[in-house]
Amino acid sequence: MELVWLIPALPVAGFLLLLAVGRKLDEPFAGVIGTLAVAGSFLVSCVVALDLMSQPEEKRQFVQTLWVWMPVGSFHVDFGFLLDPLSITMCLFITGIGALIHLYSIGYMKGDPAFGKFFMYLNLFVASMLLLVLGQNLLVTFLGWEGVGACSYWLISFWFDDKANATAGKKAFVTNRIGDCGFMLGTFLVWVTIGSIDYVEIGRSAGAVVGATATAVALLFFLAATGKSAQLPLFVWLPDAMAGPTPVSALIHAATMVTSGVFLLSRLSPIMEHAGWANDVIAWVGAATALLAAGAAVAQNDIKKVLAYSTVSQLGFMFIAIGSYNYTGAIFHMITHAFFKALLFLGAGSVILAMAHEQDMRRYGNLRKYIPVTFVTVGIGWLAISGIPPFAGFWSKDEILAGAWAVDGYGPALWAVGFVTAILTAFYMTRLMIMTFFGGVENWRNPELLADAEPEVPLGADADAVEGADGTGAEATLAHAATATDTHDDHHAHDEHHGLTPDHTPVESPTTMLVPLIVLAGLALIGGLLNLPFSHRLHFLKEWIHPVIVGEHELPEAAVLWVLAIVAITGAVVGIFFAYRVYQQRKVDPAKLEKPVLAHAWYIDDTYAAVVGGPGEAAFQGAADFDAGIVDGAVLGVAHGTDAAAKVLKPVQSGIVRTYAAGVAIGTVALAVFVIMRMGF
Amino acid sequence: MRVEMFTFLIAGAIVLGGALGVVLLRNPVHNALSLVATLFGVAVLFVIQEAYFLAAIQVIVYAGAIVILFLFVIMFLGVDRIEATERDPLPAQRVVGVVAGLGILVLSIVILLAGGGEPTGQRSATAPLSDQAPDIDRLGKVLFTDYVFAFEVTAVLLTVAVVGAVVLSRRPKGDPIDLDEFPDGPAVAHLSLFVDPDDEGPADDTADAESADAESADADDVEVTS
Amino acid sequence: MFALELVLTESWYLVLAAMLFSIGAAGLMIRRNLLVMFMCVELMLNAVNLSFVAFARGLDDVGGQAVVFFVLVVAAAEVVVGLGIIVAIMRRRQGSTADDISLMRG
Repeated sequence: MELVWLIPALPVAGFLLLLAVGRKLDEPFAGVIGTLAVAGSFLVSCVVALDLMSQPEEKRQFVQTLWVWMPVGSFHVDFGFLLDPLSITMCLFITGIGALIHLYSIGYMKGDPAFGKFFMYLNLFVASMLLLVLGQNLLVTFLGWEGVGACSYWLISFWFDDKANATAGKKAFVTNRIGDCGFMLGTFLVWVTIGSIDYVEIGRSAGAVVGATATAVALLFFLAATGKSAQLPLFVWLPDAMAGPTPVSALIHAATMVTSGVFLLSRLSPIMEHAGWANDVIAWVGAATALLAAGAAVAQNDIKKVLAYSTVSQLGFMFIAIGSYNYTGAIFHMITHAFFKALLFLGAGSVILAMAHEQDMRRYGNLRKYIPVTFVTVGIGWLAISGIPPFAGFWSKDEILAGAWAVDGYGPALWAVGFVTAILTAFYMTRLMIMTFFGGVENWRNPELLADAEPEVPLGADADAVEGADGTGAEATLAHAATATDTHDDHHAHDEHHGLTPDHTPVESPTTMLVPLIVLAGLALIGGLLNLPFSHRLHFLKEWIHPVIVGEHELPEAAVLWVLAIVAITGAVVGIFFAYRVYQQRKVDPAKLEKPVLAHAWYIDDTYAAVVGGPGEAAFQGAADFDAGIVDGAVLGVAHGTDAAAKVLKPVQSGIVRTYAAGVAIGTVALAVFVIMRMGF
Repeated sequence: MRVEMFTFLIAGAIVLGGALGVVLLRNPVHNALSLVATLFGVAVLFVIQEAYFLAAIQVIVYAGAIVILFLFVIMFLGVDRIEATERDPLPAQRVVGVVAGLGILVLSIVILLAGGGEPTGQRSATAPLSDQAPDIDRLGKVLFTDYVFAFEVTAVLLTVAVVGAVVLSRRPKGDPIDLDEFPDGPAVAHLSLFVDPDDEGPADDTADAESADAESADADDVEVTS
Repeated sequence: MFALELVLTESWYLVLAAMLFSIGAAGLMIRRNLLVMFMCVELMLNAVNLSFVAFARGLDDVGGQAVVFFVLVVAAAEVVVGLGIIVAIMRRRQGSTADDISLMRG
């Protein structure tokens, strides 16, 4: 267990190495170094985890203090790591998935001019994330918290030549700052109340945090979590964060960083236990986020945006679990979600690469023939997120829904929101699958199809515009296909302009990208084994993190679980079936479903932009004027005053030594006079 | 006691007379010789107070080394050029100097008398002076025990001073102190003795310089480079 | 005067030192010749040395004499460097006085 410091130290070493020599290395080596650093960290995590498992349950807590960080009076912060089942679980999936995504990135980032820099940032990100989860107190966690935020910013705007990417990075950074205020204020409040920000100490004396204080602490840290974990009202940055390279989206904005809010609240479960109605707030905000984001995902055409809103929605599920004291469910879903969402993102990356960086799903279609491995693995991810047994997502989502059902008072209502969200999830994921891999129409063969189309307008409207308003359903599709085939040769000359391969055929990605896909697909398949509901002996995860979590509520009895599970499966099947009817069989015009209000994510982002850009900007301008006029005026006034005084006093410094000597002598006389007066004549 | 008093008065007169000579005489060589008188008087006073070793190094270091160094520099630079000829541009400085000097004198004597004329403080804090061993033994023992760190540091100081003196006085390509950077200074020609020994005599050169006083400083630079 | 049996106490030395110091200080303020100013500094240092020896005797403490030793060393170092500076200045500006060297004017 003493090896725990190595877990973050290896990615730090990788980061420093790449910082030093990253530019000089030939392409694959920088990636190999980065991958090896994270893989080594994963191995160390495994060793440490096995060591921890061999301990008796009450001894599974190990604090390693590296040095005293800030000894300031009674305020005393160590730089150290807290190793317990929760942190090592996080370490395992961060380093494991991180290593896979590093490996994938070697293929994905091939030929990028900033290849080494990319892996440098990735390593720094992994190191920061490990610091976040291993931190022994809130301040170390905050260090990691800010570190991942900074890396996220750098990586979102990695291709900063495009102004939109740079803006997306700034948006993520600024939005996260709002949440960070909550983190800092929460830390201060914990310090004032308990007198320590040490997690062990917080766990020991959480009883002192009661009533309004506990509620305030919980809400402040929840504010922090809404920033990092993209919940209402701060979720707006995450869809824009898809501007970054796809491995970044997979690692940071789906699998790891966005779960840090869930981790933080689980870590603070001793305080959450006393937080009262703050838990209700968390549960309902989570539910609202899950539902709204799932609705928005239905109408997105950018494949990565669908997944982004899906991530927001799934994170909402985790917060439902937190709010219903179901920490095991939250962490379980966090892990399985990390598996299948990383898988889906990496699969999307593979598709995007095959389509020559085309991300609009309306230009996909029938790709299963060309990229079969990607198709199969993404298909597993689709079944997992849709909640079809025995895939991982089913077990964790079901546990969350069961936990929500058991909440006093409004439990069934909470469950119902979650259930609707689950149906929507199955629906939009099926839509994604069909538009990408099925559909029978290879839209990418017809580059002119959408050349003039408004990007935000849903698919159905485009199809109508091209084919004429008379055709609907299968008829239209057939005509469409005919047109596409007819015009194929004519458009050949424009191919390069649209970036497709010369022969129009997408090709499967290289092995370095497929291996992570296959591994993650396997994990998404069997991830549910971590915590099967059938018997207490199969509650591995629950038993494992049980010593860390305080105040967890029990799930309902088995009969209720069975009923809820069957209902949930039914819902998922209904969602898939409905999507099949709409998008494959075209029984319903998709335009009726994909309302602009959904495509714009309920106009929440637009409202923010309007408010901040209108009255907000005026207020900011006022603040800037205040700064320029009054604050700067005061500062400059002092400066000018000093300058004027200096001009008056300048002649005193004549440069003539004798004058200085005279000054010293007069000073001596004055001193002598003073001494004589003190002697008292 | 009478002999001691007598010696003190004579030595004190020498000291004060020498000091006044340093301040009042015009010729730098005379100033330096007056300084020797003062230093010698102080050495005699050391002897009266049984500080024989200090008296010896007072004579050797001050009179023997430092004053010789002064004289050497005076001769080196030329006696007649050392003394500024024009009137003091700051007449008030004389008044201030005399008044401040008198003030220091009167006030310090007042403080002395007010304190009862006796030094106050702990007696023999370092080591007693009045045991039987010769003063050089006692001083040596203190220097190499209580003051050993200070003693070693003085060694460093002397080394630094020697290196500094060499750096300052050698003839570099660019002067360590470039007063020509300072535009308002008096435009005095460089002494060609240091620039070109085969040139005209130093006295003529200076006369030229003074006559060309109002000329631009550029002419001086040309002279250096030629 | 001798009939009064005046006792030669430390005060005599201290008064003499004060006079010596005052003369040196006044000279430093009055004279413009760099070398003479240096000599005046030496006068002041000697005045201090004199009082140190007197105190050493009065307090029966060898420390006072040790300090005089160090003052001598520092004075020697100061003269070496100071004269080096004077030579360097005089090479550039023959006949300079202390007033001419006022680069540090505010």
